[in-house]
Amino acid sequence: MADGIKDKVAIIGMGCTKFGERWEMGSEDLMVEAFQEAIEDAGIEKKDIQAAWFGSCFDDVNVGKAATPLSLALKLPFLPVTRVENFCATGSEALRGAAYAVASGAYDICLALGVEKLKDTGYGGLPEMSSAMGTKNRLIFPGITAPGGFAMMATRYFAKYGISPEEGKKILAKVSIKSHKNGVKNPKAHLRREITEEQVLKAPMIAWPLGLFDCCGVSDGSAAAIVCRADMAKNFRPDPVRIKAMQIAISSGEEMMYTDWDGTYVETATRCAARAYKEAGIKNPREEVSMMEVHDCFSITELVTYEDLQISPRGKAGDDVRDGFFDLDGKIPCQPDGGLKCFGHPIGATGLRMMYEVYKQLQGKAGERQIKDPKIGLTHNMGGFPAMNLISVSIAGL
Amino acid sequence: MVGITSYGAYIPRYRIDRGRIYKAMGWLNPATYMPGEKAVANFDEDSVSMGVAAGIDCLTGMDRKEIDALFFATTTSPYKERQSAGIIATAFDLRPDIRTADFTDSVKTGTTALLSAYDAVKAGSAKNVIVCAADCRVGKAGSSQEEIFGDGAASIMIGDSGVIASLEGSYSVSYDFVDHWRADGEIFDHQWEDRFIRDIGYNRFIIEAISGLAKKCKLDVKDIAKVAYPCLYAGDHKGIGKKLGLDPAQVQDPMLNNVGYTGTSNPLMLLVGALEDAKAGDNIVVVSFGNGSDALLFKVTDEIEKVKGNRRGIKKHLAAKRELTSYEKMISFRNLIPVEKGIRGEVIPPTALSELWRSRRQVLGLCGSKCKVCGTPQYPVQKICVKPDCGAIDQMEDYLFADKRGHLFTYTGDMLAFSMNPPAIYGIVDFEGGGRYWFDMTDVDQESVKVDMPVEMSFRKKYIDAKSGIHGYFWKAIPVIG
Repeated sequence: MADGIKDKVAIIGMGCTKFGERWEMGSEDLMVEAFQEAIEDAGIEKKDIQAAWFGSCFDDVNVGKAATPLSLALKLPFLPVTRVENFCATGSEALRGAAYAVASGAYDICLALGVEKLKDTGYGGLPEMSSAMGTKNRLIFPGITAPGGFAMMATRYFAKYGISPEEGKKILAKVSIKSHKNGVKNPKAHLRREITEEQVLKAPMIAWPLGLFDCCGVSDGSAAAIVCRADMAKNFRPDPVRIKAMQIAISSGEEMMYTDWDGTYVETATRCAARAYKEAGIKNPREEVSMMEVHDCFSITELVTYEDLQISPRGKAGDDVRDGFFDLDGKIPCQPDGGLKCFGHPIGATGLRMMYEVYKQLQGKAGERQIKDPKIGLTHNMGGFPAMNLISVSIAGL
Repeated sequence: MVGITSYGAYIPRYRIDRGRIYKAMGWLNPATYMPGEKAVANFDEDSVSMGVAAGIDCLTGMDRKEIDALFFATTTSPYKERQSAGIIATAFDLRPDIRTADFTDSVKTGTTALLSAYDAVKAGSAKNVIVCAADCRVGKAGSSQEEIFGDGAASIMIGDSGVIASLEGSYSVSYDFVDHWRADGEIFDHQWEDRFIRDIGYNRFIIEAISGLAKKCKLDVKDIAKVAYPCLYAGDHKGIGKKLGLDPAQVQDPMLNNVGYTGTSNPLMLLVGALEDAKAGDNIVVVSFGNGSDALLFKVTDEIEKVKGNRRGIKKHLAAKRELTSYEKMISFRNLIPVEKGIRGEVIPPTALSELWRSRRQVLGLCGSKCKVCGTPQYPVQKICVKPDCGAIDQMEDYLFADKRGHLFTYTGDMLAFSMNPPAIYGIVDFEGGGRYWFDMTDVDQESVKVDMPVEMSFRKKYIDAKSGIHGYFWKAIPVIG
């Protein structure tokens, strides 16, 4: 009987570049930057790594296909390297691949690294995705963008709970304001300034009802993790971070093609979180989770995620937001590093960047944004649109 | 008896006040001033899409599987080589064992297509032929064509049972009369001087055709309930009636003031307009103009009562209007000025035509599937049923979504996505009877779109890949017309 991944794998080193408009740096440079920090942090050498998982999503504006870009950039000595891509959860998928390889007993030490160079498109937002959807969807999908796909969830959420757009936008504004406040404290974040409610509400509309500050930044960046067998982790450092759960869930099509889903939550996230809590042995997430890094690609995503992760009751996340429950000094700080909101979302790197913050917080090394004595950290990484997506939920602890 | 068994029409929702056009461009040619408004196809409409819309109106309550031929008349085909009638037949999800043809190169051919449909049914080679006619002609900035040309479509079904107006006779004249012309590859018409067009063209050929018809059918013009004929010039339109000895009440309004001159579809739209007000026993004469003229005499039967009021036709489409408040938008919709689409807007992914081939009924016909085990309709076609507790494999039957209404589950108005008519509004539609999918929306604005609003499906141009010469069509959700 399979018993999951809990406590079988530990993270012993992590690296994360400064995220931002890295005009002077190529993907290869970013990969080396993240990798160097990770192996130095782990206290290992390149030759100690036995296999690697490489995450990158939009390969045409990044490094191209296959795993060779990683192997070539890092000069990995003919290692087994696998490239993974799973939309915006690509970074988490790289980590999952490496962790499961270690858990399987196939390897002792593996590398997971993700990179994305979004600023080589020449325009704002994620790369135009109609050609990334396959030959048939290209003929029938609407001209959808990421903000539009998530805005439709806000429209539905407001309609179901009888929230006026004005009221709804004020709740969402608080989500973004909180993340910006945290981002100021993080030298690796892309956007490092506080914002006001007035700024948020007056910002240009991107996809109704989401305005500019409801949307995360668009950046270049890379992040990496070194994982090893949990039983050998303390040979490398006194404070390794253990993986408690690592789950993903993918849409079956029923949200988009069947009429039961009500559009105010993410079905995959709900199921994925339940699975992850079970794997980690968490009974009451609202009491047991110390901190979260969730996929705040848009403010509405973060709001709904509070509910999908069973932290806030359905329809009540707004109350917790108003109460400061997710603030840095709240009960469960969310996005202590600034989140996608301030880091931007270099897709291949994001999931690993989330885990980087969990790792640093658990080790007590998060500097001026350090949370008091966190025990359990959670990352939630989402790819696709609410109506058709994939979710990764990972839980880690000391 | 062979004749009309159904009719339909389409007028795009946008209308522009000609004063706006004149205000923008009247400085160039002050004599172009014209009163009224004209219909303007949205940016995602063209002759093919409007032909489909008129045809769907005509197909109301008709059995699509009984149609043996589809003829499409236009002078503004999107393709020089790829039959528009074939695209339209796929949009209607007609049987493949039918005859399709495009009638083109003259604005006269709407009636020529009608006559050919009649001949086919009369000869017994088809039982039911649907004729669609549409045009979307453009004029140069500051030209009188820019003010007079309107966009629109009509559709007439010809058959031999349930005839609402029998074709009693026809008379045609054909001349290589070059009053206006457009060479291969050109966008705009050239035109000889107005006096020539009026005096030798309309005033001579229309009268010649109607007189010829009356003589051939031994018909006194006094016995005609309505005569429907086009004319570019409002004054001469009246004058022709007078010359023929017609009472103004006998003359069908040419819709120059509220739609404009719609080219190939014009006589057929006027015919639909006449049928909407007709009663059993009425004689209706419809006449075309362009390199000559066709005149057709119809006699209305009792069956008209079964169709009247069951079509959107001219009247309901005329009523469903939204004002286009910008001249610049009008010319941008027709691609007449280069607009900044941004790099994102310029991205055109390749079209896999082999994919389009195998998915043609799903893409052009909006045909999905319905699970025979649990009855769940689903789009696009699935092999494994999407209903979570069903999951039956290969138990699907065809299910048409194109003719289903739905309500808007959710939506957004997207300013990041490029749209020629921003914001790009799209949403998820829950269909009446089951089924859900996401679609672009059109003919709607941010202020009027609402969760749960009733919507219907409209065949539109999804994209133009100019580099590969491909016009991509698909269905969009629109507010229910009327």
